[in-house]
Amino acid sequence: MSEPQALTFTPRDNIHTEPRVIRFVIVALAVLFLLIFVVLPLIVVFASAFSRGLSAYFAALTEPEALSAIRLTLLIAAISVSLNLVFGVIAAWAIAKFEFAGKTFLVTLIDLPFSVSPVISGLVFVLLFGAQGFFGPWLQAHDIRVLFAVPGIALATIFVTFPFVARALIPLMQEQGTQEEEAAISLGASGLQTFFRVTLPNIKWGLLYGVLLCNARAMGEFGAVSVVSGHIRGETNTMPLLVEILYNEYQFVSSFAIASLLAMLALITLVVKTILERRLDEGQVPSDD
Amino acid sequence: MVRRILVVAAGLLWASSAFAADVSLLNVSYDPTRELYAEFNKAFAAAYQKETGKSVEIKQSHGGSGSQARAVIDGLQADVVTLALAYDIDAIAAKGLIATDWQKRLPLNASPYTSTIVFLVRKGNPKGIKDWDDLIKPGVEVITPNPKTSGGARWNYLAAWGYALKKSGSPDKAKQFVADLFKHVPVLDTGARGSTVTFVERGVGDVLLAWENEAFLAQREFGKDKFEIVAPPLSILAEPPVTVVDKVADKKGNRAVAEAYLKYWYTREGQEIAARNSYRPRDSEIAKEYEKSFAKVELFTIDDVFGGWTKAQKEHFAEGGIFDQIYKN
Repeated sequence: MSEPQALTFTPRDNIHTEPRVIRFVIVALAVLFLLIFVVLPLIVVFASAFSRGLSAYFAALTEPEALSAIRLTLLIAAISVSLNLVFGVIAAWAIAKFEFAGKTFLVTLIDLPFSVSPVISGLVFVLLFGAQGFFGPWLQAHDIRVLFAVPGIALATIFVTFPFVARALIPLMQEQGTQEEEAAISLGASGLQTFFRVTLPNIKWGLLYGVLLCNARAMGEFGAVSVVSGHIRGETNTMPLLVEILYNEYQFVSSFAIASLLAMLALITLVVKTILERRLDEGQVPSDD
Repeated sequence: MVRRILVVAAGLLWASSAFAADVSLLNVSYDPTRELYAEFNKAFAAAYQKETGKSVEIKQSHGGSGSQARAVIDGLQADVVTLALAYDIDAIAAKGLIATDWQKRLPLNASPYTSTIVFLVRKGNPKGIKDWDDLIKPGVEVITPNPKTSGGARWNYLAAWGYALKKSGSPDKAKQFVADLFKHVPVLDTGARGSTVTFVERGVGDVLLAWENEAFLAQREFGKDKFEIVAPPLSILAEPPVTVVDKVADKKGNRAVAEAYLKYWYTREGQEIAARNSYRPRDSEIAKEYEKSFAKVELFTIDDVFGGWTKAQKEHFAEGGIFDQIYKN
């Protein structure tokens, strides 16, 4: 950024040749856009949630149906984030540190959930595990319930959130190269030792970053979960599904109370994400996205 | 402090899951029955406990009637289905989950409550809508859900068709009327409740074609000073049927409770709950009591005009049927 040989003008003047008015208009447009699309909806969510006071708000959150939705959402997030953590690290490790045939294909596969509509992802699981589906008859014969129960919701969520951890790690690990690992191994470290003592400390901020985004999406997913949930009240409704149901029942305070929890999750995610990004920039190589 | 709040929250989260009833039933229903079954389930659970000493918990799932039937076919473990129309239950029966003679197992076509299709308009009825013909006047926007996914929408469609057919006597004219009608529809939601929300909360459209019970509910929730119900002189008798899903109920050992649950609809208490929630009761005594709550409408049945649901479904709503033909243009 800084211009060491700046003589007669400051770098600032050099960069901005536009008239002040235009600069002002551009900034104002950006601020206005943010106000309308981010700040205003957030205010509406919280204002509606508290429109009948604190006690109504907490009453809405402690309804059995609300508690069950919160519980289910936490459970699903715990399952899908921890599994995706493992899958994501393994996939990123393989892609970044090794050369093999079909690598580009694997990278494309990892990105697939981003490009597929969530509703389609849900329907795929219906076609696989539904009573009329591929595995359906076998599952029914053994009385195993996947669809319209926790396993189905977890599967759909894992699918949708799969790319986050791997995507956060691949560019980071690629830039770090394999020298440190090679050094460790030539000094006699085993594979696992190398991973835990060398690779993991190097990627920890990137990993946290991926986990954070993965968690946010896992808790907020609507489309795919809606298809496989069956909408059984107090049993298979996650928080986003319950928000819609309550809204459709004219229970605005309850609906926005649950929505406010999801909004708070988004805000916390945002703060932690900013901190992590700073860490990543300071630490080593800047992240790609 | 933060820690204490967390502990309380965790306690609340897990404590509430400890409660479990002796029997648990799953009722898979269509969209607008949420409030109806919330009240009915409570009443039945109390009556059942009093009679047998066992506690019963009824879980609900709501959605567009067609998609709910699809979910049951795909393995949603419903003990009973209470859907918007017989065809959707026929579809489940066709997969072997329900005996094919299910509609004969309970009195009155297995439909313990009925409804009809009415118009919900904005205060003062600014577009002057009184009868079906007014819906296709220039500048009138009509809100109705998608007949492919919603049971209510299929009743709406058939009511319009039946009206035009009775008036003109010609199926071609009826088809033209319904085609004109759908040109006035700006958006097709997937379920009846979605359409109500579109009309009532988002303020889209001049008239909502709705289940009578749904129109009353919207009026109760938002006040009579905002919406008016217009009952056309002629409409369809909508019979939403109920039945036990044999395969599932037997597997779970719930048949006796499931049957008792549906039979409760035919008791005085059941019929009164239907009437209180603006469904037309079948019991003549209760119907008389609530006579003033419902507009006098001449009602035709699907059997009279369309020769039953199977035939109507095939002609109008199946892939390539009349609805597909008129909606494409």
